[in-house]
Amino acid sequence: MIHSIFTIAAKDFVSELRGKEMVLSMLVFSLMVAVVFNFALPPGSDAIEEAAPGILWMIFIFASVLGMNRTFVYEVDKGCLQGLMLAPVDRVVIYISKLLVNFSFIFLVELMVLPLFSIFFKLDFATGIWPLLFVLFINTLGLAIVGTLFSAISVNTKTREVMLPILQFPVTVPIIMSAVEATSAVLQGQEWSVIWGWSKIGIVFDVVFFVVAFHTFEFVIEE
Amino acid sequence: MIKNNKTANTLVNLLSASVLLGMVVNLYLIFQFAPEERTMGHVQRIFYFHVPSAWVSFLAFFVVFVYSIAYLWKREQKYDIVAVSAAEIGVIFATLVLVTGPVWARPVWNTWWEWTPRLTLFLVLWFIYVAYLMLRKFVEGDERVARFSAVFGIVGFIDVPIVYMSIRLWRDIHPSPVIAGGEGSGLHPDMRITLFFSLFVFTVLFFWLLIQRIRLEKISVTVNEIKKQMAY
Repeated sequence: MIHSIFTIAAKDFVSELRGKEMVLSMLVFSLMVAVVFNFALPPGSDAIEEAAPGILWMIFIFASVLGMNRTFVYEVDKGCLQGLMLAPVDRVVIYISKLLVNFSFIFLVELMVLPLFSIFFKLDFATGIWPLLFVLFINTLGLAIVGTLFSAISVNTKTREVMLPILQFPVTVPIIMSAVEATSAVLQGQEWSVIWGWSKIGIVFDVVFFVVAFHTFEFVIEE
Repeated sequence: MIKNNKTANTLVNLLSASVLLGMVVNLYLIFQFAPEERTMGHVQRIFYFHVPSAWVSFLAFFVVFVYSIAYLWKREQKYDIVAVSAAEIGVIFATLVLVTGPVWARPVWNTWWEWTPRLTLFLVLWFIYVAYLMLRKFVEGDERVARFSAVFGIVGFIDVPIVYMSIRLWRDIHPSPVIAGGEGSGLHPDMRITLFFSLFVFTVLFFWLLIQRIRLEKISVTVNEIKKQMAY
């Protein structure tokens, strides 16, 4: 099973390496939004420092929705999904491999955006880089877990790309809160117990929804 | 699919009559029997609509959850019919909560909205189930609609306690301004009677609405089947 997961994930990694669609579009989008946010807020004010974690995660959330929209588009349009389902593996393997791919790309984009963001908004992440990476990891995983499942649903709707954010945003409210508050705590140099307190919600979210998605994914892609 | 069962019809008619009677008695209790609140005055009586509406919407979403699981397990359309009916009613009552809340808040807290844990939770809940209804609207194919919305119905409901936990934590960090006289704190016995009766009547109202909506959905399904047959 592990082998199948990596095989399918490798297919998507290679495809992305050739086309670079997902990462490029997410990256450019994130940077543009960061710049636009800069114009939206009064220059050099305290408001930017207070709002920075929120802005950062808004950027990541929108970018991740942008990226995850494409997860199943080619599979469904080109008939690859049927092929995958005919393969002698559990259906859930498809979900896990897509999750792996989505998570990797979103995390990659976040790592690339973070240094530029700290330059634009004059923030110092250096002191809390490991807690920050931990927060990034937990919450990006949450976005990917839910997003991959909903992406499989939304690709089959009439309003394709619009459906994913509508489904995703209300459900991932705990992740948004956990991410923003934990990042804010990291920026303010607060102690680990505070960051951990918020991350616990993210971890609970990840575990619960991974289990739920694990069991319900096969119902979504059956035809 | 429509059964013209005499016993069922009589029972439902009896239920309709009891809902009507119960509501009339409820209105009397709310506006006449319940005493006036000390600090808030008469506006506090919205409480007797606000709290039962919240209870009914939770009940409705729980029904969606249970019947979504039932549908994925048994694959019979009747479970999906109950799920969608309950979801619609749940959204209506959640909307009522979000309307009566601010109407009550304005004179009492001097603001239309406050990010209290409960109101925030209801806003998120509202969005989750509106998303459920939108999903149903934008998916083609009866079987697909039922399947997708069942999955989302399960995910949405499981999310609710996690959302509530996170909002509570968020609120602990950013406490809201002190609100005088919280609900249920030191409730006068007459108020307690009124509240419980209102909860009871609203629950019966929920089941009555659910039955009517299920009937409507069954008729709709039958009409669609006839349309499909005629298309050939």
